[in-house]
Amino acid sequence: MSRLKTWKELTPGGIICEAGNARTYKTGDWRTERPQVDKAKCINCFFCWAYCPDGSVRVDADKGTMEGFDYDHCKGCGICASVCPKQAITMVPER
Amino acid sequence: MKVMQERVSMGLNGNAAAAHAMRQINPHVVAAYPITPQTDCVERFAEFVSEGLVDTEFVTVESEHSALSACIGAAASGGRVMTATSSQGLALMWEMLYIAASMRLPIVMMVVNRALSGNINIHCDHSDTMGARDAGWIQLFSENAQEVYDNMIQAVRIAEDMRVRLPVMVTQDGFIISHAVERVELLGDEEVKTFVGPYKALYSLLDLQHPVTYGPLDLFDYYFEHKRSQIEAIDNCLPVIEEVGKEFGKLSGRFYGLLEEYRLADAEYAVVVLGSTCGTAKEAVDRLRDRGKKVGLLKIRCFRPFPKEQIIRALAPLKGVAVLDRSVTFGGFGGPVFTEIRSALYDVSPRPLIIDFYYGLGGRDIYVEDIEKAFARIEDVVRVGWVDKHIDYLGLRE
Amino acid sequence: MPTLKELAKRPERLTPGHRLCAGCGAPIAVRLILAAADKPVVAANATGCLEVSTTIFPYTAWNIPWIHSAFENAAATIAGVESMYRAKRRRGEIDEEIYFVAFGGDGGTYDIGLQALSGALERGHRFLYVCYNNEAYMNTGIQRSSATPLGAWTTTSPVGRVLPGKTQWRKNLTEIVAAHGIPYVAQSVASNWRDLVNKAEKAFHTDGPSFINVLASCNRGWRHEPSETLKVMQLAVECCIWPLYEVENGVYRLTYKPKEKKPVEEWLRVQGRFRHLLAPENRHLVEAFQRYVDEEWEKLLKRCGEA
Repeated sequence: MSRLKTWKELTPGGIICEAGNARTYKTGDWRTERPQVDKAKCINCFFCWAYCPDGSVRVDADKGTMEGFDYDHCKGCGICASVCPKQAITMVPER
Repeated sequence: MKVMQERVSMGLNGNAAAAHAMRQINPHVVAAYPITPQTDCVERFAEFVSEGLVDTEFVTVESEHSALSACIGAAASGGRVMTATSSQGLALMWEMLYIAASMRLPIVMMVVNRALSGNINIHCDHSDTMGARDAGWIQLFSENAQEVYDNMIQAVRIAEDMRVRLPVMVTQDGFIISHAVERVELLGDEEVKTFVGPYKALYSLLDLQHPVTYGPLDLFDYYFEHKRSQIEAIDNCLPVIEEVGKEFGKLSGRFYGLLEEYRLADAEYAVVVLGSTCGTAKEAVDRLRDRGKKVGLLKIRCFRPFPKEQIIRALAPLKGVAVLDRSVTFGGFGGPVFTEIRSALYDVSPRPLIIDFYYGLGGRDIYVEDIEKAFARIEDVVRVGWVDKHIDYLGLRE
Repeated sequence: MPTLKELAKRPERLTPGHRLCAGCGAPIAVRLILAAADKPVVAANATGCLEVSTTIFPYTAWNIPWIHSAFENAAATIAGVESMYRAKRRRGEIDEEIYFVAFGGDGGTYDIGLQALSGALERGHRFLYVCYNNEAYMNTGIQRSSATPLGAWTTTSPVGRVLPGKTQWRKNLTEIVAAHGIPYVAQSVASNWRDLVNKAEKAFHTDGPSFINVLASCNRGWRHEPSETLKVMQLAVECCIWPLYEVENGVYRLTYKPKEKKPVEEWLRVQGRFRHLLAPENRHLVEAFQRYVDEEWEKLLKRCGEA
């Protein structure tokens, strides 16, 4: 948001009409550690997807494959690594 | 249960008049909780529901807080919503009053004016609605059961007008109006239906193609702007209230403005009154006029938004004004009507002298003689040329 | 019941970019519950972490119609939404089938919102109420609620020379809700997706009120590493502190039985909020905790026909 809207430009009632626009707000810079996946070990069980608090595990639902992480939003909590049954995800420090 | 298709004149109390208006308006949702003296209205509406005379989803909530909360949820879902309450019920709704207004939801609420506890008292004064005067609701006061009925119907049009989209409170004095049977002219069912028109949804939660977020966290970067736009909204609705009042007049023969002036045109002294006491004040004015006094009445129908310009126009030419306040501003400089009127007249030069009377708290009767006393006092004040005592009491044992 | 891969094909109803803490249990529960809805959903939210962190103006993380108005009234608010839906269906103004859900934390449900919840349940609105239960007022900074367990440190049940944290056991809200005789009541946990999705699906399909009490860790309040969220929640289940069960039309069913019931100490040990209980002088409190859990567990087993 480069310029904040004036009162005349706002939707009445304090309503937000752009559903899901929080996606444009990046929380990735909260991270001190980033998850990395070793796809050779991954069995595409989708546990990481299911338990990610931030919906930041990228999957191809049609192919049924785990595709990595949305680093724009991943906060680096490490839940994905903790739940991975094959230890395919490791947390590495952000540089 | 008789269905009234045509215009009819009936003996109704204020609660019944409101209930009939609600029946004819046929809102999508009514959520209400019983409280004396409003119960009678809700009971009657429940009968209309039970007899299938309305298509309303009647939500018999477990508290007034939930009543208004449910109304907010319902109104945000794109349909017509009404409720009714009184006194402690309005007080319990307090938190939600502000939210309904800030979400710009056109809810119509009938409030039977009743004293606030403590001690507990079920009779009329205006402390409930006056306490809610800054919540962002439009407030229309009624003098009698006919006005209750008429105001309810107009309130729907005002609230839902695209230039307004704000909640409206229609008030009537507890027992004095709510339980006193008077002759009331009802419009035909179809006439009311046509007058209020179909509901126009705006930002509905049930519009799945356009999902909206109501009630987000609003911090220092936007909250102020949202409040500013809300100020604009309520200030802009005065002309709409007048327009609707005229249009309703064309339909019914009963025209409404923001104020009603009674024998004020050539008056030197006036009382300013809201609600049922206006009838008593008219009688006092007539009696004094018979004795040659140049007195009149300014009745405030619309207290929120405060019709400042119209009030200045009406009162500026006078020598003296006595305001009658039926609610107390503890520790304040006079009642809410007094402080607002006095402030409005500050820039007028020369300006009338103004005094305030607290009266009628907890249902204490007010008599024609009391109002004559108020006129006598303001006449004295003007004779002396300055106000010795700004605030006094009518009908109190000293 | 859908598989995870099938759930992943459904729209993401709570988007990334919300500002709940890293490792928060609440959005896990919300994502799974919303994924379980096979029809459009409209949500109401009580004031709390979930509400403030997902809708910081001008941003919203909700991809569905959503309303928050106050703290104590999520149930009343969704009741209003659902009533409008009923009215519009009756008048032929809407024909889609829609699910209604209300989210409240334990403060907004066990405490300040209990009356509105009870009223809405009794009136029989068709909606799912989800209590995401992190066992204290976390949004205001970790104050004790009636869902906070015995002995827990919070900022309003601090550990001092005289008091060892919270001195009362928590209220059994799931049983209180079940006593309303509504068609579907369940207790679940954000660490068991299958259990939670299954229950949410049943709840959405219920023709009447339904309720799920979901344990959802707050790592800030419980005092554990964000990455431990699932482990800590799951331990509550394995220790029988948070049994997973459902009450469907009055019939109790245990939905998960730990293979081996672990001692409560294992759960207490992994959270900083219980650290003081591990001191020798507080041994009796751990024992009291264990006794209470044992008694409650036995009662539940009986209700579920497992004893």
